[in-house]
Amino acid sequence: MLLIECPWCGPRDESEFSYGGEAHIVRPPEPDRLTDEEWADYLFMRKNPRGRHLEQWCHAHGCRQWFNAERDTVTSEIVRIYRVE
Amino acid sequence: MSISQPFRLVGGGRIDRRRRVDFRFNGLRFEGYRGDTLASALLANGVRTVGRSIKYHRPRGFVGSGAEEPNGIFTVRHTGVEGSTIPHAPGTVVELVEGLEAHAVNGWPSLRFDFAGGLQWLGGMLSAGFYYKTFMWPRAAWHWYEWAIRRMAGNGRAPDGPDPDRYDKRNAFCDVLVVGGGPAGLAASLAAARAGARVILADDQPELGGSLLGARRQLGGKPAFAWVANCAAALADEPEVTVLSRTTAFGFYDHGFVAALERCTDHLPPPRRRGPRERVWRIRARRVVLAAGATERPLVFENNDRPGIMLAGAAAAYVNRYGVAPGRRAVVFTNNDSAWRAALDLVEAKIEVAAIVDVRPEPGGALAARAEAAGIPVLAGHAVVDTQGRNALRRVRAARLDGSGARNLDCDLLAVSGGWNPNLHLHAQSGGRPRFDETRGCFLPGPPVQAETGAGACRGTFRLDACVREGAQAGREAALAAGFRDVGVISAPSTDEEGTTDPDPAWAVHSRRPRPRRAFVDFQNDATAADLALAVREGFESIEHIKRYTLLGFGTDQGKTGNVNGMALAAGALGRSPAQVGTTTFRPPYTPVTFGAAAGLATGELHDPLRVTPMHEWHEAQGAVFEPVGQWLRPWYFPKPGEEMRAAVARECLAAREGVGLFDASTLGKIDLQGPDAAVFLDRIYTNDWSSLAIGRCRYGLMLGEDGMVMDDGVTARLGEHHYLMTTTTGGAAHVLGWLERWRQTEWPELRVRFTSVTDQWATIGVAGPRSRDLVASLCEEIDLGPESFRFMEFREGVFAGVPCRIFRISFTGELSFEINVPADYGRYAWDRIVERTEEFSITPYGTETMHVLRAEKGFIVVGQETDGSVTPVDLGMEWILSKKKDFIGRRSLARSDCRRPDRRRLVGLAAADPNEVLPEGAQLVDEPFTFLPVPMVGYVTSSYWSPNLGRSIALALVAGGRDRSRVFAALEDGRFVPVDVVSPVFLDPRGERQRG
Repeated sequence: MLLIECPWCGPRDESEFSYGGEAHIVRPPEPDRLTDEEWADYLFMRKNPRGRHLEQWCHAHGCRQWFNAERDTVTSEIVRIYRVE
Repeated sequence: MSISQPFRLVGGGRIDRRRRVDFRFNGLRFEGYRGDTLASALLANGVRTVGRSIKYHRPRGFVGSGAEEPNGIFTVRHTGVEGSTIPHAPGTVVELVEGLEAHAVNGWPSLRFDFAGGLQWLGGMLSAGFYYKTFMWPRAAWHWYEWAIRRMAGNGRAPDGPDPDRYDKRNAFCDVLVVGGGPAGLAASLAAARAGARVILADDQPELGGSLLGARRQLGGKPAFAWVANCAAALADEPEVTVLSRTTAFGFYDHGFVAALERCTDHLPPPRRRGPRERVWRIRARRVVLAAGATERPLVFENNDRPGIMLAGAAAAYVNRYGVAPGRRAVVFTNNDSAWRAALDLVEAKIEVAAIVDVRPEPGGALAARAEAAGIPVLAGHAVVDTQGRNALRRVRAARLDGSGARNLDCDLLAVSGGWNPNLHLHAQSGGRPRFDETRGCFLPGPPVQAETGAGACRGTFRLDACVREGAQAGREAALAAGFRDVGVISAPSTDEEGTTDPDPAWAVHSRRPRPRRAFVDFQNDATAADLALAVREGFESIEHIKRYTLLGFGTDQGKTGNVNGMALAAGALGRSPAQVGTTTFRPPYTPVTFGAAAGLATGELHDPLRVTPMHEWHEAQGAVFEPVGQWLRPWYFPKPGEEMRAAVARECLAAREGVGLFDASTLGKIDLQGPDAAVFLDRIYTNDWSSLAIGRCRYGLMLGEDGMVMDDGVTARLGEHHYLMTTTTGGAAHVLGWLERWRQTEWPELRVRFTSVTDQWATIGVAGPRSRDLVASLCEEIDLGPESFRFMEFREGVFAGVPCRIFRISFTGELSFEINVPADYGRYAWDRIVERTEEFSITPYGTETMHVLRAEKGFIVVGQETDGSVTPVDLGMEWILSKKKDFIGRRSLARSDCRRPDRRRLVGLAAADPNEVLPEGAQLVDEPFTFLPVPMVGYVTSSYWSPNLGRSIALALVAGGRDRSRVFAALEDGRFVPVDVVSPVFLDPRGERQRG
């Protein structure tokens, strides 16, 4: 079980959090200008790296705040945690 | 030597000879002492055959003296304790208590005469992978074979009833967790404690000492146990040290999270048991010192599984720790020095050692002189090649490695040592990759991946004084790394250590017979050396595949004795080194964990929170039948005495359209939205337009996922300039709140709007039916309820029955209807004020089933029933709710080609040709009955009811092309194809006059 440092509440067990997948996927401001392929890429395609991964977490059973984490998918090491700006 | 315990030694051992303990094994009475395990007590009584093997039903005895035991497995109960059964316990770890009843898990009708014992002569049919090869024909007979095989191969019997015991969990935090209370672990704990660290020491034994409990050793010129006692006393004085005895660390997970199982009461006589039976410790440690010791491995030779053949270290442990003679005349068979010490211990206890058989040409080192002084004959460069004895060992045959010089040695104990395997389980679970060390002939821990250090035998350090030194150093460094002071080098006592445990890598004794007898590698699964060779011959190369084909290491012992031998034998057959073949994956748990402990207190009522509304007790008093909806318990229907469900629902349905139906809608999710950008936010989240909604009005909204599929729906009211109240489905409330938060926080942080769940703060009472306005008016004088002044889809604040309220004029039934929200604490009060008027307004309470019928009559969808995550608003015929003036979540996806296919399934109504036929929900719809297979499926029934208001059955369905079809057939489970007309989904009042009335 990961130990995750919520930026607001401090280190807590993974069981208090929910996972949000890859971070920094920006919703296209004008979806109509996208082709079906481009829209599908935004909608469905996600990185699945071996190693460093930027991802979203939510302290769902705590402060309910979303934040970003950089985590190594091999070692589970959480390299850094930073707020959504 | 007492008559009742003929193999009990005169003195010695850490047992309490003043405390006799009566117990039963397979129905027979025996006697042991406090401090015994079930295994040591049985051996003291001369019981050697304690089980039959799983496949060949060969008699088996104890091989080990601890968690590694593969053979001596028992179902354990206690006299006078109902229901509490341990189905599969190794006798070597079961502490003897008064009234214990043990049964062998295999062997029928008895252990001495096992009916299936003849199976071992069926050799060829039961080789590796036999279940893929034999018993395959005729195919239809497999269920019979399976029954017979399962009966014969049975392990422990699962208990019949619920577990009467209580289990617990506890979270703990420490600076340094030490796993193992042997010499290395004790030294590590003390060093870390003296640096000021908060230490938890988890040890699986009843008392500290680890391997020293079973060995006769010296430390600092004194018996090693004096050192152990000093350490234990010093730890007890340290305020920040927690010593957990009888606690097995069984899993090492991410970020220093270690789970350990504490056995709290099994060692106590039942009347003295208090509190939970077992407790799972969930320990978050900043540093972990693994001092988990090592497990001896057997040697592989023909007929190496007879009762009386055990690990040399176990034989010594029975003598030294329990004062039990595991035999009267022993042969020791080894490839390393450690078994020589065991031989000397046996001699010291007046057990005759007929010979030490050592595969090494010049064995024994410094111990050779002591063996000679003790008068032990030594057969160097020899191996045990075969054994004899029908139910227990009588004789072994030893020969030179080239097969010459064979001779028989009479004995009833063969103490075997093939070297020692460091216990790498926790290291490997934490991410470490064990590597093979040729010199020491075993796998050693690789570089640590987590904040973990090994110390002592679990990292291949076998000398006693070196273990102590290494432990102290590991404890010192762990405390330092956790931010505590450096206590400096800790002096460690020296030891009497002689010899080495580095084995000659003799993995198996090669048979010289043309048809060799079985040489077992994994005793619990009856996997033999020949099975491993066969697996390699049949093309398996990966050790993970070989494991699965031969079942090597699959037992409840997880191959603690057999795995490394098996890996080495597989490597040999593949012509590779053990380093190349590697180990199988070490998965938690290290030893079995009961389901009870895994569940802890989260069983029964505590399994999941149960949510009930403020009116719940009234529903119960009315005899409501409940249905679970998410965590909520909702009234399903309210039967009158003797009334069937269908009759009750029919009565409720009619009442709601003729008089007043009363409905508890408190479970609907309610989210309070506030902020100047609330309307903008709603515009993005919902498909329709919200900016135009006036204060005091409500609107139905549909939420889509970004993939365009319907996610949730509900009515949202504008309470004020910047204040909205959203309702969600009962089951979707938490998800919707999370959804809103996610978009607001991660995508649109600039929007000034905040969300608060107020589901539990408001009780919601729905009243529906032509007389509902009169009812509400009788309790709510200050709000003008006239049809023109309080119109459909509006809300008012005021006072209801003297209680502050918000009343919404909305309708999920199609009737004139009001939803009265009052603060939850007043919910029951307001409900009671309505119920008081039952006679006056002919009020009938109704449940969720009636709600479903009423809304289906109107063709209203239920998210999760008409939708399943693959249904768009267009599929539901709800194009009207899709704004064309703005973007919203999911809009772009509706333009994807797949969402525009003309043959998508669309919501329709179904009217069975026979109006009495209520279709089963989920029934498949086809165009043509009785056509060739496969029959194309064109849709399915999503909702189906008997409609009392229409006097016929109705259904909603998703059908390809929607109303392009006029007739389909429903395929029923009984083989019938029922003709069904495709109609409008709105069966009643299509113009909505009733709800607007």
